[in-house]
Amino acid sequence: MARADLIARRQEAAATRAETMTLPEGAAWATEAREAARARLLKMGLPTRRDEYWKWTNPESLIAAEAPTAAVFDADEAPIFDEIDRLRIVFTDGVFDAEASDPLEMAGIEIARLSDAARADIHWARDLYGTLEARGHASVERPFAAFNTAYATDGVVIRVTGTAARPVNLVYRHASDGSDVILHHLVKVEEGAELTLLETGPAAARFSGGLEVEVADGATFRHVRTQGRDHERREVTGVFARLGTESTFQSFTLTANGKLTRNEVVIELTGDDAVAHVAGAALGDGKDFHHDDTVFITHDAVNCESRQVFKKVLRNGATGIFQGKILVKQGAQKTDGYQISQSLLLDDDAQFLAKPELEIYADDVACSHGSTSGAIDEDALFYLRSRGVPHREATNLLTLAFVAEALEEIDDEALAEALRDRLAGWLERHSS
Amino acid sequence: MLQIKGLEVKLEEEDKQILKGVDLEVPAGAVHAIMGPNGSGKSTLSYVLSGRDGYEVTGGSATLEGVDLLDMEPEERAAAGLFLAFQYPVEIPGVGNMTFLRTALNAQRKARGQEEISAADFLKLIREKAKDLQIDAEMLKRPVNVGFSGGEKKRNEILQMAVLEPKMCVLDETDSGLDVDAMKLVSDGVNALRDAGRGFLVITHYQRLLNHIQPDVVHIMSDGRIVKSGGPELALEVEENGYADILNEVA
Ligand SMILES: Nc1ncnc2c1ncn2[C@@H]1O[C@H](COP(=O)(O)OP(=O)(O)OP(=O)(O)O)[C@@H](O)[C@H]1O
Ligand SMILES: [Mg+2]
Repeated sequence: MARADLIARRQEAAATRAETMTLPEGAAWATEAREAARARLLKMGLPTRRDEYWKWTNPESLIAAEAPTAAVFDADEAPIFDEIDRLRIVFTDGVFDAEASDPLEMAGIEIARLSDAARADIHWARDLYGTLEARGHASVERPFAAFNTAYATDGVVIRVTGTAARPVNLVYRHASDGSDVILHHLVKVEEGAELTLLETGPAAARFSGGLEVEVADGATFRHVRTQGRDHERREVTGVFARLGTESTFQSFTLTANGKLTRNEVVIELTGDDAVAHVAGAALGDGKDFHHDDTVFITHDAVNCESRQVFKKVLRNGATGIFQGKILVKQGAQKTDGYQISQSLLLDDDAQFLAKPELEIYADDVACSHGSTSGAIDEDALFYLRSRGVPHREATNLLTLAFVAEALEEIDDEALAEALRDRLAGWLERHSS
Repeated sequence: MLQIKGLEVKLEEEDKQILKGVDLEVPAGAVHAIMGPNGSGKSTLSYVLSGRDGYEVTGGSATLEGVDLLDMEPEERAAAGLFLAFQYPVEIPGVGNMTFLRTALNAQRKARGQEEISAADFLKLIREKAKDLQIDAEMLKRPVNVGFSGGEKKRNEILQMAVLEPKMCVLDETDSGLDVDAMKLVSDGVNALRDAGRGFLVITHYQRLLNHIQPDVVHIMSDGRIVKSGGPELALEVEENGYADILNEVA
């Protein structure tokens, strides 16, 4: 098919999909931003498997007008971070649940619902909404992110001016097996301020998540999320961040289960001496598991550091994808870029596909990347068993060890420990 | 304690016979040594006893206190009281030494129907044993054998043995790579465990170790068989004249 025809087909798909949607109501600025996002979507069109970054992940179920249903089980909601003092903001099937949430108040931080903010004139939110997402298409088009900006019905907007004393936890609950949810969150961490944002729980049968984060000079943003344990959900998320001078951005995602999960993280380092760490661990059991991490980090300042550390544990025909890129722009000297993606295949059926990329236009940089795929180390397994550790327990111990390197990216030991427990629990239930 | 009769072993992947009928009996309370030229099958014997994959037993038997070893999984053999100090201890990145040891000890206790040891008791136990072997707290925290020197790895094997308190200890060249002081530490560690209820099979190339750990019997292995057995003087003979005389004599 000719390229022009392909684009026409993609645009047609986007137009058809857009017809089934209505832009949420809001103030003039919000409507303007949503219309602009819709225009981006219509121009880009929706992806097909012919797209370079969709050849390994089938976008069809994400595009379909009707969300495929996903059964809800009690176990999907397993609580996490309960021992951690945090401010909880609950969304049930994408609707803010004031009763279940804590009061949206904390010193040094302003929190509002997106649906309220979009009706008011909060100037920083106006400036940020859709802005980083729009910038995120510069090298690679991300139509689902534009879709998210256009049609998100709710979310939170958070502005941090001090050091948030406790993390903000967005708690998702999945109640109806046909829920089709679009949420978009904005975070602005002002100069020198600090925030830890947690996202937990199964959001919906089909979930589109958007998060735009502006990290100002000297500010710190930490993000830890666990995507629910629901088996049948489909989820596409986009995290877009822009980093100022001497700022820090850290994001970690633990994914267990899910029919289809596509997590895109797009980061721009625009101030000198900034640091961005993105990491994740994904656990999949069965042919129905498909997990895709697509990361794009742009270095556009001097002496910045970026790290990508992704681990996947796959068994019984599960599929894992990693597409990660480091782009070093001209003049971004002294860049330190590192990327590693690894999979542990617990049997012969599982598969891992990786596309690590470096594109460098500066001469004084240190960038490295690597990708590996392997089975459990037989020598280590025998050593453990020879000391009395049963086969299954030994395999789980080695699997946890494999994931440990990614978990080390999390600064907060209490958060890391909670994730380790969840991992161990999953292995316990999914090992033979 | 350990009884091996006519044990014949070949490689699973290749048509290569490695053990060609090994007969050996180590009674409780005794220390036996095995010496023998490179490639004669000493490590293979230790691996087959502990249940490593890749070998096929084509004949004979091996029992521990009358129980068939060859029928068991490696972890069951460990729980039954067999311990192998590896010639080449394995590095396991991401698994802490302490976690490893506690998991192993508790798994064995569980398999034997005993209660798990509490975290506090374990800490006490390991501190005490580690002190004897001059293994510091920092080494205990590190991942299993990762970044350990050759000698540290061997000391770590003995630490595991001291904590697990097996009935039958097989030591495969635990002396190789040790300096004089470490050799003394390791030997003291082994000697401290010697008692009437425990057997030792010590594989070594050097008589020096046997000065520290005095064996009751020395066996010479060659080409997959025990070709000669005798008292400690046999090790001295090997030290002085090499294997040529002994092998000629039995040929
Ligand atoms: N997995 C294997 N694949 C191929 N050959 C093997 C394997 N295991 C053992 N062998 C061969 O079997 C023979 C005996 O090896 P083994 O390691 O048991 O000898 P050893 O007596 O311990 O020697 P050393 O004193 O050098 O440690 C050697 O020829 C070795 O090459
Ligand atoms: Mg050997």
